[in-house]
Amino acid sequence: MANTLFDKVWDSHVVRQVKDGPDVFFIDRHFIHEVTSPVAFLGLESRGNSVVYPARTFATADHNTPTINQHLPVADPLSANQLDALERNAKKHGISHWGLGDLNNGIVHVVGPENGITLPGATIVCGDSHTSTHGAFGAIAFGIGTSEVEMVLSTQCIMQQKPKAMRINVNGKLGLGVTPKDVALYIISKQTTSGATGYFVEYAGDVFEDMSMEGRMTVCNLSIEMGARGGMIAPDAKTFEYLKGRAQTPKGADWDKAMKYWETLYTEEGAEFDVEFNYDAADIEPMITYGTNPGMGMGVTKSIPTAESLEGGVDTYKKSLGYMSFNEGDSMIGKEIDFVFLGSCTNGRIEDFRGFCSIVKGRQKAPNVTAWLVPGSHKVVDQIKAEGLDKIITDAGFVLREPGCSACLAMNDDKIPSGKLSVSTSNRNFEGRQGPGSRTLLASPLVAAASAVSGVVTDPRTILNANA
Amino acid sequence: MAYDKFEVLTSTAYPLPTENVDTDQIIPARFLKATERKDFDINFFRDWRYNADGTPKADFPLNKEIYAGSKILVGGRNFGSGSSREHAAWSVYDFGLRCVISSAFADIFKNNCLNVGVLPVQVSAEFADTLFAAIMADPKTEIKVDLPNQTVTLLATGESESFVINTYKKDNMLNGFDDIDYLKNIENEITAFAETRPF
Repeated sequence: MANTLFDKVWDSHVVRQVKDGPDVFFIDRHFIHEVTSPVAFLGLESRGNSVVYPARTFATADHNTPTINQHLPVADPLSANQLDALERNAKKHGISHWGLGDLNNGIVHVVGPENGITLPGATIVCGDSHTSTHGAFGAIAFGIGTSEVEMVLSTQCIMQQKPKAMRINVNGKLGLGVTPKDVALYIISKQTTSGATGYFVEYAGDVFEDMSMEGRMTVCNLSIEMGARGGMIAPDAKTFEYLKGRAQTPKGADWDKAMKYWETLYTEEGAEFDVEFNYDAADIEPMITYGTNPGMGMGVTKSIPTAESLEGGVDTYKKSLGYMSFNEGDSMIGKEIDFVFLGSCTNGRIEDFRGFCSIVKGRQKAPNVTAWLVPGSHKVVDQIKAEGLDKIITDAGFVLREPGCSACLAMNDDKIPSGKLSVSTSNRNFEGRQGPGSRTLLASPLVAAASAVSGVVTDPRTILNANA
Repeated sequence: MAYDKFEVLTSTAYPLPTENVDTDQIIPARFLKATERKDFDINFFRDWRYNADGTPKADFPLNKEIYAGSKILVGGRNFGSGSSREHAAWSVYDFGLRCVISSAFADIFKNNCLNVGVLPVQVSAEFADTLFAAIMADPKTEIKVDLPNQTVTLLATGESESFVINTYKKDNMLNGFDDIDYLKNIENEITAFAETRPF
């Protein structure tokens, strides 16, 4: 029988199948951060357990970290306490730890791949829903809760029912100004935030084959936003090229051995999926969200749909538009904005900064806009500097901040004030996500950049066409 | 974390028919800074329950005296979407709820609930509507959630629907066990498996 990529990776990690229950599922790589791990360590210790495979767990500080003056002590005592707890727990249990000030520090889903910890065919979990990012390498990666963090620390396994398999094919060529973020927001707008609940998604087709590893990570990152457990893309030459020589990837004979395995990681001809969707690249334009979940998105030139044109809860839809202070039928183009946020595990990578700079180069930040440009890691910062992007950023009136999750979930000081409207490259536009009362429009780095220089929601194609 | 066993629960219920309630609403990120698991009920639905000045919003169901003490929440479709934060499930539990009923749950939230002793009960959209209508008509309406028989019943009318839960999770809930108890029992099997992993 022909197997899917997902079957191959999942089935090879099942330690035991429980009768009428979940699989005992082995975890190769476990990422932890300061927010969802402290209670897991308390649980572990109160049961008298130890960390069984400390070398399989990797700790980094990201959710709470400030994005300015990281050399100073963290001002918020609660944040400082969580960061200390992570460091203490890691040290006590022999887990590697990249805290503030460490050159490897950054957002967990950015530093994992950068350091070669994320590998094809691996199973990867973290107490963070955007763990789905790592699926870009052909890994099975998904978010877990704190009880499960404790499970992995103390047994290296979790108990999981195997999800159903979905394939999403996108074929054709993407148009001008259409980025991986737009592809993902387009798919989510079609699927809604619950369309893929219960499924694991494989992305296939020309569009993903042509996409960079950074782009693939952006797409897989957003899988959770349509309810999927995770998303994955078969590894190919581009994947292996990205991995080769990174700090923690296998070397020498181990690399050759790994490659032999990795080259078997693809969906075989004739393999069956529980459900399959096909989309055409030509139908995708730069996207923007208008509501309070990532499924409420549309092409940037479109108008907000009317409640009657949608299926399902009219009351919920109207509540959502009420929160955003938008009306059915509104156009987003030209709406005045207050903030722009470039960053997060969705769009805090070098390619995202290149895209942003391609638009703002030679232009000036709009005076009404406060912009927070937050790289995903120190390695991204180094690359920004090496490529001279920092000069473009400064010349255009922007300031580059230090790495972290920042205004994506606003656990640190980077909060959008109540009522203010933000164009954000992050992953969630939920009520209050970027701070109590904040209003978020999710978009690509190009839409964010075009809006940052014009002060209103702007189609980046107008600027790209002017540049051409 | 041990929790009380769950067998049969009969209670009135809080109605929250809003769809796509995400875990950022159940507990906003700014309240995730604790390093211990306690008192998560305080900020349960913080921004929907309270005004900016800290006064309770009178029209929010969780603030209505008429439902006070209910152990069940009937939520809208796609309940618990978004962030994986188990703090959301803790806040449900700490608020005194033992069961959430919805026509659809997000996966991670559902797992988190099962792991902390909150029973997620998935019913048909029609039955969810029946429950909402009954609670709206009479806030003292009682719902019986019978885990051993896997049924949920509207006591006033006897209308009932069965729900699905796998035998393993059901046994855990009935006995107050969790996955770590199970996994620790097969430690040797896991160790042998780990030695076969290529990296």
